[in-house]
Amino acid sequence: MLRLALALLITLTAPLYAEEVVLGLSKKHVSITANFDGSEILIFGAVKREAPIPEGAPLDVVIAISGPAEPLTVRRKEKRFGIWVNTESVEIDAAPSFYAVATSAPFNQALSDIEDLRHKVSIPRAIRSVGAPYEIQDAAAFSKAVIRIRTNNGSYQLRENAVSLDQQTLFRTSIDLPANLTEGDYATRIFLTRNGKVVSQFETVIDVRKVGLERWLYTLSRQQPLLYGLLSLAIAIAAGWGASAAFRILRQG
Amino acid sequence: MSCFWRLQRLLPCSHIAMQRPLTQSEAMQIYLPIAEVSVNAFLLLGLGGIVGILSGMFGVGGGFLMTPLLFFIGIPPAVAVATEANQIVASSFSGVLAHLKRRTVDLKMGGVLLIGGLIGAALGVLLFNYLKSLGQVDLLVKLCYVVFLGVIGGLMFIESLGAIRKARKNTTTTRRKKHNWIHGLPFKTRFRVSGLYISVIPPILVGLVVGILAAIMGVGGGFIMVPAMIYLLGMPTKVVVGTSLFQIIFVTAFTTLLHATTNYTVDMALAVLLLVGGVIGAQIGTRIGTRLKAEQLRILLSLMVLIVCGKLAFDLLVQPAELFSIGAVGGH
Repeated sequence: MLRLALALLITLTAPLYAEEVVLGLSKKHVSITANFDGSEILIFGAVKREAPIPEGAPLDVVIAISGPAEPLTVRRKEKRFGIWVNTESVEIDAAPSFYAVATSAPFNQALSDIEDLRHKVSIPRAIRSVGAPYEIQDAAAFSKAVIRIRTNNGSYQLRENAVSLDQQTLFRTSIDLPANLTEGDYATRIFLTRNGKVVSQFETVIDVRKVGLERWLYTLSRQQPLLYGLLSLAIAIAAGWGASAAFRILRQG
Repeated sequence: MSCFWRLQRLLPCSHIAMQRPLTQSEAMQIYLPIAEVSVNAFLLLGLGGIVGILSGMFGVGGGFLMTPLLFFIGIPPAVAVATEANQIVASSFSGVLAHLKRRTVDLKMGGVLLIGGLIGAALGVLLFNYLKSLGQVDLLVKLCYVVFLGVIGGLMFIESLGAIRKARKNTTTTRRKKHNWIHGLPFKTRFRVSGLYISVIPPILVGLVVGILAAIMGVGGGFIMVPAMIYLLGMPTKVVVGTSLFQIIFVTAFTTLLHATTNYTVDMALAVLLLVGGVIGAQIGTRIGTRLKAEQLRILLSLMVLIVCGKLAFDLLVQPAELFSIGAVGGH
């Protein structure tokens, strides 16, 4: 009975893996150094098949990279007593600090709405907001504002037709990571779709870490805050004294 | 690109990193470890330098100019406020050394002001946290700026304009040594450098009020203290600058430590870049300041204060381009 169930399971899951992703990344680790100014990651790969390319709808590739998610407070300004002040606020339960989607076709064509709902691929679906306070009617405007603000500063990217797909087998794209990147594990998902339906998916992690002096300063500020504060002051006083002494020498010399 | 493709076919899954050519401006970008943003190093050096010059000239920490400028270039407000405190320590220290050499620091008066200042700063932090729990702390900080900068800048401008007119008419300059309620208070002490014999209560109160405001507004407080010393305590302008710098060093050092240990928002890399420009600027500014007449110095400071005030008021009154703002949960 168990064997039968297992066999059934294999035959059921087999079509799902008829086409598989073999992935390459230009880098698996992004190091944030002192002169870090954004980075470009090249994502490329091939579709592995045991059988010939299926007839019918052509293959599409959807690639999504997501930075670590964090809760946010979104505030809206309104005019009160002649000045603009924050009035209403909505808490977003989790919004990724970075999110990029690249597709080989227009997004709606590459991924159907139902599949998007299931896998949470598009930018609006990547933001999780359980509910706004009772008195706010247009809560959607708040999550839209997050997308708008973060799209404008390059943190959220939707790049349709940016994945080049060759003979339904080789694909490649590059994703720009902005300069204001935060540390963490960046989940990278690749979906192969036909007719908007996901036929295979692959996941990996790009890890973004501060290194060298950046790492050292960050760790010190968190683990030895008093020492860090005193060190900052010592640097400040030394610099102040140094400049004063240098100018004295300059005037005398 | 096609060549790259061919290479890819030959070496599937090989790890080839694409190197972007570095332009001149990109080469000087620097990533700030605490602020977690990348900014141009020359921009920070330049900002530090300009604010440093003003700081040396007027004996103000320059925080009321630098903090809004840092917001403007995209530094998170919490980091900007805390790091600015650290930078003010450096520029004030550099400035005070120049003043000590010329004996234009009233150490006794500075010490008395400092007693009030430290108590005030601690109270200010408490008040700040209370306001934060109510929400709207950003608005209150901005309103504080507009009100104080407007009143102080306006008063100074009118007063120094009057002083300049008087000087032109060639009348003998009247010394501001009027007898008022201040002279009736107990605990009188002689402040030799300032040439004053007054009670210690007014300086302590001035220090206290400035300390509270400094902690709330995230500045050294020089722009409030300098006029208070001139108009309330009747100190000579030359001594005021050095003494205010002396007191600011300790108050901002205290604030820096408070921020570093509670909010972890002091960015050392940002501070170093700002203070390298700042200390050099402060040295130049001190030398410019000694060449200018007291009235000219005051009128320039008042104009600068009024400009910053006007800009902040404008931002509150005009509809912002983006009505929404994103903040971390449970803070700012």
